[in-house]
Amino acid sequence: MVVLFKLQDVELRIGAVQILDDITLEIDGGVTAIVGPSGSGKSSLLRLLNRLEVPSGGVIRFQGQNLADFEATKLRRRVGMVFQRPALFAGTAATNLRVAVPALSNEDVSQALRQVGLDPALADRPADRLSGGEAQRLCLARSLLVHPEVLLLDEPTASLDPESVTIIENLLATLTKEGLPQIWVSHDLDQVGRIAHTVIELETSDHDGVGRLVKQQS
Amino acid sequence: MILLPIQTVLTQTVLSQAASVQVSPDQALADPVGIDGLGLVASGSIVLVAVLLSVWQQLGLGRSLILAAARAGVQLLAVGFILKYTLDPDTPLLVAFVWIIIMVAFAGWTAKRRAPEVPAMALLSALSLSSAAVIALGLLFGLGVFDFNARTIIPLGGMVVGNSISATVLVARRILDSFEEKRPQIEARLALGQTNEAASAPYLRSALQTALLPQIETTKAVGIVFLPGAMVGLILGGADPQTAVAVQVTVMYMVLGSVAISTTVLGLGLRRRLFSTDGRLISLAAEGMDVGDSSA
Repeated sequence: MVVLFKLQDVELRIGAVQILDDITLEIDGGVTAIVGPSGSGKSSLLRLLNRLEVPSGGVIRFQGQNLADFEATKLRRRVGMVFQRPALFAGTAATNLRVAVPALSNEDVSQALRQVGLDPALADRPADRLSGGEAQRLCLARSLLVHPEVLLLDEPTASLDPESVTIIENLLATLTKEGLPQIWVSHDLDQVGRIAHTVIELETSDHDGVGRLVKQQS
Repeated sequence: MILLPIQTVLTQTVLSQAASVQVSPDQALADPVGIDGLGLVASGSIVLVAVLLSVWQQLGLGRSLILAAARAGVQLLAVGFILKYTLDPDTPLLVAFVWIIIMVAFAGWTAKRRAPEVPAMALLSALSLSSAAVIALGLLFGLGVFDFNARTIIPLGGMVVGNSISATVLVARRILDSFEEKRPQIEARLALGQTNEAASAPYLRSALQTALLPQIETTKAVGIVFLPGAMVGLILGGADPQTAVAVQVTVMYMVLGSVAISTTVLGLGLRRRLFSTDGRLISLAAEGMDVGDSSA
């Protein structure tokens, strides 16, 4: 299987705080889950992969190329991201989708909504009037519109009701079958059991509070 | 060609009459309102009323009111003495330029004191105020609206800097708050492949609108709700009301333009400081406000 990301001796320091240290691992296709206790740096590790953070040490490679050599805007269109809380923009659901692709036609909007199981009639609904599950699916649709080669998901179902969790998991399982690799951060070990092909486990060191890699298993 | 009528109008109405106020004060100040030293002290009774109100309502502002009034009085009297020298027709232009530079530097320092949480505030505000001064004064003098000499450069420069400083502090604070509050939205836009500029544009625009709105509202209400200070000063000084109005309109346009220029320059400069060169929104809290090397 093709190696998507390769991390070598990666460390992350933000200001005076060391978040991650000595992370060496490889991530390939399928679904990879990053697990670990709160504060172990799971989300920070994910943010390193699309350069919302940059490592203070070590090297990260995407498809063999140093991440630092990519233009950030181009990299982020190849490495999509869905955040824990739906980050909606002012305007309607359609407006939100057009932030990703401004030239989207009404039919394209309907198609994008259908892809994530949303009723196309929601296109004209103000985004702040969507339910939590609908909002997260809209964010997923928005990310998919730029046709990423891999999708980063930072606890995408953490704030959702069980029905919405099932819908999102099924949607992402379909995308996996269609060949879209995903990297999930999750607290929910049952969910990890359902979705993940590979698990990366981080721990918070009792000694210095810094997140380190415990193990990686497929 | 388009400028010709404006210039003509300004030349015939504003300049000739304003110039008569500036150049030949004895002719224009037909019935000036003279205030002697005793009158100045007596005018302090209005501040005394404010102090009594503060004491009555236990606002705890008495000391601040007295200090502010005393400081303003001392500062203006000192400026009056200096102006007497600088406004002399023989004063070299260099003195006026040095005065403006000192004013901008002091304004930068004041802005930094008012908004210490904003990174590089002194530099950014000094830069934005300088831009406003250069453009506004450049247009006014370039188009021949006012005579180019120390007598006009210093007071007009003072109006530009003095009226823009509050707006620059307001816009800087607003941008900082807005970018932190909208961090999830800005990062979601970045994650979609948008540039720093595109990702932050809606929030920068909103901050600039907030900062400019008070000046726009003031400009709209002028003449109906209140009479501006420059005009009142000219009328009390004995100038013809129409002359005073013409000068005031010119000054008001200059202030409106200056506020717009200074807030925009500051907004664009501050945005550059809040993003790293590789497209990340910097967290001032996490970075301990150390954004000196934003390319790190």
